[in-house]
Amino acid sequence: MTPRSDTLLELTGIGKHFGGLAALSDVSLHIRHGEIYGLIGPNGAGKTTLFNIITGLYQLDEGAITFDGTAYSHCKPHLLAHAGIARTFQNIRLFANMTALENVMVGRHLRTRTGIWGALLRNAAARAEERAIARRARELLHYVGIERPHQTLAKHLPYGEQRRLEIARALATEPKLLALDEPVAGMNATETESLKALLQTIRASGITVLLIEHDVKLILGLCDRVAVLDYGKKIAEGLPEEVRQNPAVIAAYLGGAAE
Amino acid sequence: MRIGRPVENKRKAWLAFAALAVMLLVLPFATEALLGRGWVRIVDFALLYIMLALGLNIVVGYAGLLDLGYIAFFAVGAYCYALLGSPQFGLHLPFWIVLPLGALLACVFGVLLGAPTLRLRGDYLAIVTLGFGEIIRIFLNNLNAPVNITNGPQGISMIDPIRIGGFSLNSTHELLGITFPPVHLYYYLFLGVTLLVIFVSLRLEDSRIGRAWMAIREDEVAASAMGINTRNIKLLAFAMGATFGGAAGGLFAGFQGFISPESFGLTESVMVVCMVVLGGMGNIGGVVLGGALLVLLPEALRHGAGPVQQVLFGKMLVDPESLRMLMFGLALVLVMLWRPAGLWPSTQRRRELTPGAGVAHQEQESVYDASK
Repeated sequence: MTPRSDTLLELTGIGKHFGGLAALSDVSLHIRHGEIYGLIGPNGAGKTTLFNIITGLYQLDEGAITFDGTAYSHCKPHLLAHAGIARTFQNIRLFANMTALENVMVGRHLRTRTGIWGALLRNAAARAEERAIARRARELLHYVGIERPHQTLAKHLPYGEQRRLEIARALATEPKLLALDEPVAGMNATETESLKALLQTIRASGITVLLIEHDVKLILGLCDRVAVLDYGKKIAEGLPEEVRQNPAVIAAYLGGAAE
Repeated sequence: MRIGRPVENKRKAWLAFAALAVMLLVLPFATEALLGRGWVRIVDFALLYIMLALGLNIVVGYAGLLDLGYIAFFAVGAYCYALLGSPQFGLHLPFWIVLPLGALLACVFGVLLGAPTLRLRGDYLAIVTLGFGEIIRIFLNNLNAPVNITNGPQGISMIDPIRIGGFSLNSTHELLGITFPPVHLYYYLFLGVTLLVIFVSLRLEDSRIGRAWMAIREDEVAASAMGINTRNIKLLAFAMGATFGGAAGGLFAGFQGFISPESFGLTESVMVVCMVVLGGMGNIGGVVLGGALLVLLPEALRHGAGPVQQVLFGKMLVDPESLRMLMFGLALVLVMLWRPAGLWPSTQRRRELTPGAGVAHQEQESVYDASK
C-alpha cells in the first residue's frame, strides 16, 4: 500500500490567527485509516481551534488539508459532513428540545432525500425512507447504549447519555472520520470506561476516530497514535508510549519554567 | 397511564372529528343567528389571520427565525390580486390564476428578503425583517408617481370579488333550500384554504424537512455540522411561510374589495407574531387558537365594552377603542407570566412536564454532582 491511500486526513502547515494571536502555526499531521488518533495539549494549546478547522467551522489562514484524497481549504461544515467528517462538541450541542430519537434522525438528513413534495404527498418512497430513518436511528441509540425511552427530550437525558447521543447523531451521518471534542469531559470513572469501550467498538466497525482529550490517561490507553499541541505548535507525535516520555511533552504539562 | 381499548379510542377520535366537522360547517349560521351577520365577517377575518399565523409559524415556530415583517408577504399577495383584478389597469384575470400568482410572487419575495438575512440571528434578524416589512409598505404607499401603479395611499378599490368558474362568491346563492349569503360563502372558502394550510404544516412538521428546520432552531452550528445545508433550509422556510402569506393576501383582497397600504403596517406584523407566540409556537392547534382569540376577543371587547359600561356606571368612562389596546397589552403580559410557552404549547414542551421526564432530570443533576 502506498502511504497516500493509507492516509485519511492530512494536514500540512496549518496556521490560524485571531487578530494578532497565532492560535496555530505550522501544524502538520496525518491520520491513517482505521486508527484512533489522539490530540492532546494543555489548556489553550489550540486543540479545539484545529478541530474547528478540520470540521469547517473556522477558515484556515495557511496550509492545506486533504481528506480522503481530496484537498480542501475553505469548505462549509455541511459539505464536510457529506464528505464524511462527523463531529461532536466540547460543550454538548444537542437539539435540546427534540427527542433523543429525533436528534439521531436529524443526523440521517444528508443521507436521505425526501423533499417538500415527498413530505406533502407522503408517497410510498417517502414513507419507506422515513421508516428507514427511524429504524436506523433506533439502532444507533441502541448501539451507543441509550436504553431510555427514545421519546425523552435530549435535554432531559443524563449527562453521560447526552455525550453518547451526540456520538449516535454523528454516526448517523455515516462518517469516515468521527471527530470527538473531549468526549469524556465531566464524566465519572465508570462512564469513562464504558465510553472507551464504545470508541473501540466504533473503531472496530471501520470508522477512524480523532479524539481531543484533556484526560492524558484515556488518550494513552486508547489511542494508536498521539500528537501533542502546545501554544499552537505540534511539539510531539508518535506512539502513546513514546510521547509520554518525550521531554518536551513533560515540560509542557508540568511547566517548563517551573523546573 | 391510561391504557384504553384502542378500538374505542379510535371511535372516540372519529366521533370528535365528526363533531368538529359539523360544528365548523354550521358555524356561520349559528354565528349569524346568535350574534348577527357582522360577526360572520369577523369570523372570516379570523380565518385569514389564522392562515397568516400558520404561515409565520413555519418561519418562527419551526425554523426559529423571528420575522417581524411578515405582513409584507400578505401585502404582496393582496396587491398582486388587486392589480390583476380591478379597474386599476382594467385587468380582470380569473381567481385561479391570480391567487397562485400572488402566492408565487410572495414566495419569490420571501427568498429575496430571506437571502440577505441568512447570517443574522435573533434580535438582528428581527430588526432587519422589520425594516423589509416597512420598505414594502412604503413602496406601496409611494408607487403612484411618476407612474401610478398602486394608487398610493388611496389604495385600490373595486377589486373583483372571488369568482370560481361562473360561481361568484359575492352574491347570495341558494343551495338545497339553504340560502348562502356572501360572507358564508367566503367562510367556506377560507375554511377550506385554512384546512389545506394546516394539512401542509402538519405534513411538513413531521418530515425530514421539518426536522431540519427544528434542528436549525435548536442549534444552527450543530445542524450544519450534521450536514444540513442551513442556507437552503432557511430559505425554504422563508419561502413556504411567504407563500401562505401571499395566498392569504389574495383572499383578503378579493374578500375586502378594497386594499390600501394602511392594512399592512407594523402593527399587523406584530399582531401575527403575537398570535403565534401567544397561542404556542410550533404547535398548529396553539397557533389556530392564538389567531382566533386575537381577532375575536378585541372585537368582542369593542362591541361589549360600551354597553357594559353603560350598565355599570350609567355612562361611558373609557373609550372602547383605547380599552381594547389596554386589555390586549394586559392579556399579553399575563400570558407571558403564566404560560410563557403559549396557551397551547407544542407536545414537546408539554412533555417536559410529564413525571418520567422529571426523574431523568433529577438523575442528570446527580450525575453532575458525581462528576465534581
